[in-house]
Amino acid sequence: MTMTLTNTGLIDLSDTTVREANATLQAATEGAFTLANPGGKHALACGLQHPVSVTIKGHTGYYAGGMNKLAEITIEGNAGTGLAENIMSGVVRVTGDASQSAGATGHGGLVVIEGNASARCGISMKGVDIVVGGNVGHMSAFMAQAGNLVVLGDAGPDLGDSIYEAQIFVRGSVDRLGTDCIEKEMRPEHIALVAQLMDRAGLYADPAEFRRYGSARQLYHFKIDNAGAY
Amino acid sequence: MTDQSNPPGGTPRTTPVKSATFDDYTLSEIRRAAATGIYDIRGGGAKRPLPHLDDLLFLGASMSRYPLEGYREKCETEVVIGARHAAKPIVLKTPITIAGMSFGSLSAQAKEALGRGANAAGTSTTTGDGGMTPEEREHSNKLVYQLLPSRYGMNPDDLRKADAIEVVVGQGAKPGGGGMLLGQKINERVAAMRTLPQGIDQRSACRHPDWTGPDDLEIKIAELREITGWQVPIYIKVGASRPYYDVALAVKAGADAVVLDGMQGGTAATQNVFIEHVGIPTLAAIRPAVQALKDLGMHRTVQLIVSGGIRNGADVAKALALGADAVSIGTAALVALGDNDPKWEDDYRAMGTTAGAYDDWHEGNDPAGITTQNPALASRLDPVAAGRRLANYLGVMTLELQTIARACGKSHVLNLEPEDLVALTVESAAMAGVPLAGTSWIPGQS
Repeated sequence: MTMTLTNTGLIDLSDTTVREANATLQAATEGAFTLANPGGKHALACGLQHPVSVTIKGHTGYYAGGMNKLAEITIEGNAGTGLAENIMSGVVRVTGDASQSAGATGHGGLVVIEGNASARCGISMKGVDIVVGGNVGHMSAFMAQAGNLVVLGDAGPDLGDSIYEAQIFVRGSVDRLGTDCIEKEMRPEHIALVAQLMDRAGLYADPAEFRRYGSARQLYHFKIDNAGAY
Repeated sequence: MTDQSNPPGGTPRTTPVKSATFDDYTLSEIRRAAATGIYDIRGGGAKRPLPHLDDLLFLGASMSRYPLEGYREKCETEVVIGARHAAKPIVLKTPITIAGMSFGSLSAQAKEALGRGANAAGTSTTTGDGGMTPEEREHSNKLVYQLLPSRYGMNPDDLRKADAIEVVVGQGAKPGGGGMLLGQKINERVAAMRTLPQGIDQRSACRHPDWTGPDDLEIKIAELREITGWQVPIYIKVGASRPYYDVALAVKAGADAVVLDGMQGGTAATQNVFIEHVGIPTLAAIRPAVQALKDLGMHRTVQLIVSGGIRNGADVAKALALGADAVSIGTAALVALGDNDPKWEDDYRAMGTTAGAYDDWHEGNDPAGITTQNPALASRLDPVAAGRRLANYLGVMTLELQTIARACGKSHVLNLEPEDLVALTVESAAMAGVPLAGTSWIPGQS
């Protein structure tokens, strides 16, 4: 049986190690925490497994919020590579920009990037919902298996390359679609889905302005005549 | 017998000569490729003749060395893996572990049997691409959880259940390659574990999605340690290609142990051209890897686990003598379970192959019930009996290892050393860095 550990407090990373901070956050089963002076440190607030609230006051390094379960994490700044990688549930929010591979392989939950996301946003995503207020870089949603990537801005080259069953919604331009990724009809249920995801993310635009992209499913079985596509 | 090339009274004829370059296999492969338009995909490791541990011999004790009494004097086999950073390193009763093989590529019965056999021998098993099943966790006392590029089934709960974590950078059968599991083996359960539609050909990426290079990997490993509280060892697995540099970089990235897989190491499925033409043999990989550890002052601190074509206690002893801390077996373990058993010869013949040559593991029709997701075929494998066979086999290998170690005067198998070895060929002498038998010549060194 898990003991309920409640805490509300300030963890100052200028005089606390990442290990000590993470151990505190991972042990807490409820409560609200603030991490001050993150200084771009890596692996902050990763592996959380209870519905705690964490606010990080500044920029984070790699893998902030990695493998998150249930926790709500807000980074008031920019995030490095692998933000919320393999997230299972909960919410990880960045008020600034995120580096490459944000939300990589995420199985569930919500990742919100209020600014821009770099390359490979949502790579191999497996059920996570990702909402990006700005633009996403090249190869975003590469081999994306499930979940939704909503981009209020523009998408870089090779969007959705080798995508499986994930859905991509882009409001702005798409530089170039990746292999086996095609534009699909934006039906009313998709408009409703985008509206609902933006509402959860706290980011707003006209959902009717989005275009939908997904798999053509032409590469699901290997055929020699498709060799040129690889 | 009449010489048919020179009939009596006729003009002498030249005996027909088949090309060594265009031999029967090559011709058949050209015809097959032309007919089907697809490269040959198969399971297993390199089948071509390669310089191997068989090319080495132990010298044994004599006037200048003192042997230990067989069956009476102790020869320890316990090995500890992962004490560099982990609070709970893995303690193995025998330095022979079971390599990573996934549920999906293997049946649930096969995974259970591997766990049972490994438990009885006091060693570890390893998950594969596709995640950890509750059954394999239940049946494996020491379970290594692989973190692969695909991250199929990866989750923090299973990560915390693992006794060690293995970051897979590559494997010997296909260094630089990803994976492929054909749709025939993607049944409902496998599909759900991998979050993919049932029945499609499943590709596994060749690079990790959230790190690039050893500097990133160092940070990734730190994250894994943070999530698991710095409790369990973290291995890095590499396919043998540039072992000196790869091992050095793995140490730099913070590995507790390095798994080095030679080109004889098997895979569930990849292109034959990849298996046979990329990577280097296990024999050639060990000494450079050990040298990297020694140059960094990390030999025996970061453990080296060698795999790829390990078949018997002599192979284990030679790998240890060259500086490895443990070995890992995959193909040999499957054979112990019942893979390629002649008792299924009729089934093999029906598929156009024969016992001992069957390697279409990706097609899911394994008559032995091991590399399949077909319930009827899988039910042919009794996991209890198969686990017993594996335990027996691991026990025999360990006894063989001890036999050789005692003959060399070693009270612990890790005391075996290169000075106990000689080579039968110039090539193996150069690769292993030991003298050609009967000489003091080590090619390239003396």
